[in-house]
Amino acid sequence: MSYRIALTAITLRELRRFLSQRGRFFAALVRPLVWLVVFAAGFRAALGLSIIPPYQTYITYEVYITPGLCGMILLFAGMQNALSLVYDREMGTMRLLLSSPLPRPFILFAKLFAGTVVAVAQVYAFLAVAVLIGVDIPLAGLVFILPALILSGMMLGSLGLLLSATISRLENFAGVMNFVIFPMFFLSTALYPLWKMAESSPLLRDICAVNPFSHAVELIRFALYGQIAPVALLVVLGCGAVFFALAVFFYDPRRGLQRSKA
Amino acid sequence: MRPILAALTLTTFLTPAMADEIWVTNEKDDTVSVIDVATQEVIQTYPTGERPRGLTFAQDHSVLYICASDSDTVQVMDPDTGEILHELPSGEDPEQFVLHPDNRHLYIANEDDAITTVVDTETRSVVAQIDVGIEPEGMAISPDGKVQITTSETTNMAHWIDTETNQIFANTLVDARPRDAEFAKDGAELWVSAEIGGTVSVFNTADQSEITKIAFEITGVHPDKIQPVGMRMTPDQKTMFIALGPANHIAVVDAETYAVRDYILVGRRVWHMDFSPDNSLLFTTNGVSGDVTVIDVASEKALKTIKVGRFPWGAAARPASN
Repeated sequence: MSYRIALTAITLRELRRFLSQRGRFFAALVRPLVWLVVFAAGFRAALGLSIIPPYQTYITYEVYITPGLCGMILLFAGMQNALSLVYDREMGTMRLLLSSPLPRPFILFAKLFAGTVVAVAQVYAFLAVAVLIGVDIPLAGLVFILPALILSGMMLGSLGLLLSATISRLENFAGVMNFVIFPMFFLSTALYPLWKMAESSPLLRDICAVNPFSHAVELIRFALYGQIAPVALLVVLGCGAVFFALAVFFYDPRRGLQRSKA
Repeated sequence: MRPILAALTLTTFLTPAMADEIWVTNEKDDTVSVIDVATQEVIQTYPTGERPRGLTFAQDHSVLYICASDSDTVQVMDPDTGEILHELPSGEDPEQFVLHPDNRHLYIANEDDAITTVVDTETRSVVAQIDVGIEPEGMAISPDGKVQITTSETTNMAHWIDTETNQIFANTLVDARPRDAEFAKDGAELWVSAEIGGTVSVFNTADQSEITKIAFEITGVHPDKIQPVGMRMTPDQKTMFIALGPANHIAVVDAETYAVRDYILVGRRVWHMDFSPDNSLLFTTNGVSGDVTVIDVASEKALKTIKVGRFPWGAAARPASN
């Protein structure tokens, strides 16, 4: 019972915090939309060269990058969530939370879950706009991707959690965020398929192939067409579990507070 | 059990056209591919003469006529066996042709000779040869069979031929390199696509006057790549699908307003197309990518792309025989 109350309370707090920050909401929406509208428009015919699963026919570039942009939202949101954890830790809210009788892994899981709920809501807001501006995605797929979004969101959120556990100061975190987000996003299948990457370099393709973010994107991409990508699913589950376990292991609620006192 | 199975197998393979089919000529492979409409898979490939392009079935679908351009002949194939039954005298380099509603006379464009050849498929003889413009290609015949159209790629004209006298009675100028002609609205209109001009001209067949000229524009595609070729009108006469060649799109044109409603992405260098026998699907031949894209006619969306031979060109539907 107390677990459920705690989970609901933390999730609601996270949602309220997100909704009260309108700027954050629009920033989260505008970033992928700029990619979709500005970047993809110039490439309408560029990708109509090869048919790769789960697609059955030629697709426009905007259709290709839509799952990648969903992943981008989850990735940014995961990092944002981690940033708020560091902030909570510095401000002492986190210590308050962690001093509750509930076990620490559960508290961290609740924070992770709350962050993912917010991220998934952002993804759906983005997809609604994408459909409105005429991106051709199957509407039934909007239901199928929910589990894929949650799993991918939890995996990327866990990564954020792990980073926040190992980084002591709020100021340092922004740098680390860029260091993680950009390589992860650009060296993935979000913007180009693997065969396209292989055209520039096989090494680049291999990096993209092992990047967990690629697997999150592919999990979402296949789910959008009602299909399960088994390898992507296993990688996302595996990485999510490892990142979360490490985050729990490394998490020290006093670190930020102690350092800021010092 | 075994004899029953054997009998079942026999009926499965030997009964003609168990399913609706789309037949596609492969220009570089010298073959025709047969696609099962239901499974959307290639179920058969038959050899043909050199560089097969235009193809059309007899009205009862008992024989298939194939323009074997580089063999300078029109081949007549038994679609049940893939066997070439005989050849018709076609004149040189036949590229496209059209079968008269009498189910007997073929009008064949001889690209190299600037001639339209009329062949009687029963006596297998040339009935007439009509001088037309340079590089004739697009061929159409009015639903009543009275008017035959030949477009000439270099003269940039549609030639209107009276099928009773086999004489040209009118010529209309269109934009550069006209490659296909289609009668629409029960023969009241003639649509002519101009590949280099990038336009489609619509004529009133009563007085050969131009009703309108349709232009195309696709975001992210260079205008030079928009090269209209094959066209097909839905049976309700409301929508014309127009293949745009290296623009890799099919334009969907409202036949009432002549406005382009949508562009559907297909494979590279789309040439021609045909509807499935129930008219619910449209199959486009994509030359450079060597495949056929299946479009759902109702939703105007591409569903699937099927690999066929190299450089598919023409398409023709054959319904399942009952």
